Amino acid sequence: MQLKVINQVLTLEGELTKITVPSLYKELKKALKEEAVTMIDLGKVSTIDSAGVAFLDEIQEIISGKSEILLFKGAKPELQAVIDTFSTIKLKSSAPTSGKGYFESLGEMSLDFGKGLAEAILLSSDIFYYSLLGLISRKGQRKGSLTQQATLLGSQALPIVALLSFIIGLILALQSGVLLKDFGAGVFLADLLSVTMVREMGPLITAIIVAGRSGSAIASEIATMQVTEEIDALKMMALNPIRYVVVPKFHAITIVMPILVAFSILVSEIGGGIIAIGLLDIAPETFLSRSINILTVKDIIISFGKSIWFAWVIVIIGSYYGFRVKGGAEGVGKATTSSVVTSIFAVIFFDAIFSLLYL
Amino acid sequence: MKKNSPIIEIRELEARYGEMTVLSDINVDIYPEEITVILGGSGCGKTTLLKNILRLYEPYSGSVKFFGDDILDMDEGEFREVLKRTGMLFQNGALLNSISVYDNISIPLEMHTQLPRKVIDKMIRVKLSLVGLSEAIYKLPSELSGGMKKRAALARALALDPHLLFCDEPSAGLDPITSAALDELILDLKTQLKMSIVIVTHELASIHRIADKIIFLDAGKMLFNGSLDDAKRAGIPEIDRFFKVGKF
Repeated sequence: MQLKVINQVLTLEGELTKITVPSLYKELKKALKEEAVTMIDLGKVSTIDSAGVAFLDEIQEIISGKSEILLFKGAKPELQAVIDTFSTIKLKSSAPTSGKGYFESLGEMSLDFGKGLAEAILLSSDIFYYSLLGLISRKGQRKGSLTQQATLLGSQALPIVALLSFIIGLILALQSGVLLKDFGAGVFLADLLSVTMVREMGPLITAIIVAGRSGSAIASEIATMQVTEEIDALKMMALNPIRYVVVPKFHAITIVMPILVAFSILVSEIGGGIIAIGLLDIAPETFLSRSINILTVKDIIISFGKSIWFAWVIVIIGSYYGFRVKGGAEGVGKATTSSVVTSIFAVIFFDAIFSLLYL
Repeated sequence: MKKNSPIIEIRELEARYGEMTVLSDINVDIYPEEITVILGGSGCGKTTLLKNILRLYEPYSGSVKFFGDDILDMDEGEFREVLKRTGMLFQNGALLNSISVYDNISIPLEMHTQLPRKVIDKMIRVKLSLVGLSEAIYKLPSELSGGMKKRAALARALALDPHLLFCDEPSAGLDPITSAALDELILDLKTQLKMSIVIVTHELASIHRIADKIIFLDAGKMLFNGSLDDAKRAGIPEIDRFFKVGKF
């Protein structure tokens, strides 16, 4: 493929396709710097495809701006047909060439955030209202839905909670135990482990696992119901979707979360106990008595209070992203991801607040 | 309500998505024991109109009266009572996927009636038999074909014996035989159960089989409201093109 400019006429020769256009484009820039072009001669072009036509349109735009007067000449009929099919010059309206400006995007994001926050507050109040109502009357909920949700959100999460809590208990005891032993304070490992797991790590680990596992399940279930019109179908059956779908999950997680946290604490104590007894030679009865005696009623209340709060946050965030899903399968994926990320962030954020408030 | 007074009255309805107006100046009366078909090309606002009539989307302005009362002024409880007299067949069925066909149909019956379990059981079976789907009673929606899903969804929509039935593209995605069978069923519902039916579709064969009245939409505007024969004689270019391309 050749490109020449003689007497302000740009002559193209050979194939004008996606293979030849990249090198021609570079040559064109050089040629245009040396001499002005007023006409394009296509008489010697043998083949052209959509890339070639786009290249011609680009030349035309460089030479004559937005003018619709074509500067091509000499194209064979079969080439002209391809040019007519793919040319963008005579399109009545083209797609927007640039996105939104910075400030426009910023403004839109701020408005979206405000709107989202208002929706989240409204949804939270609806969930709390209908959950309270659900304690008095089971109307609007399917029979057995509480048990089903408790199994899904609670008992099926037990193995993963147990495994991770055991490992964390083991690591925590190993890391701090070695250090405490150097100072001759190995026996305090039981105290440290107990306070850490009950006040902090037990609720936090469990909430993060539940946010990843059950929070994503809640968001994806509701989002799928939304895109497949199941939520609309519930509305058309004169049923409140929050009452039917969310309230059983809210009640179930409120019951199972403290149980999961208690289980997590117990298993992590077993993991830590193995290190304390096996590595630091602490007597089992000493480990047990110190672990229990160091705790106060306040610690237990904070631990379970936190866990219930985290559970509510996870359900509300999962439901929020589920209900506001847009689009199809891609939207469901995005809602699920956003739900997990936001839930984990919210759990850690509220944990920090609890730590500051109840030192 | 008198037989000759409209069961649904829509006045000056306007619907928007954000700042964009998608429907405007819609005025429609729907009469008892009639099949009204809302038709028009893809994206003309048919489904949006249906969802605005049913408050699945909140209309921007206008009024929608069901059985003489404006549903846009109703609180949640009042509107729930209207919905109990209304059935809806969604485009893809919208069956709850995690439970069986039987359970799907039992939901409205369990939630809105105090009927004994045995009576509910009989009602479910008869509704499924009505739509010719008795064999799939305990199947999950994922185990059903497209046509079966629609029939199961129709059985659910009929669970509470509604006065009004709305169908969103009932024939879409179905083969001509299944589609014709569904049309027959819809006609039976009108004649035998004295139901008023509103159908959104652009399937011309279906329209010719079942429509008593048509509402033609184009680019969010109502171009025609009347009988099918009158529509063909009205000399509206958009309608003529619609029927001409469809070879009727």
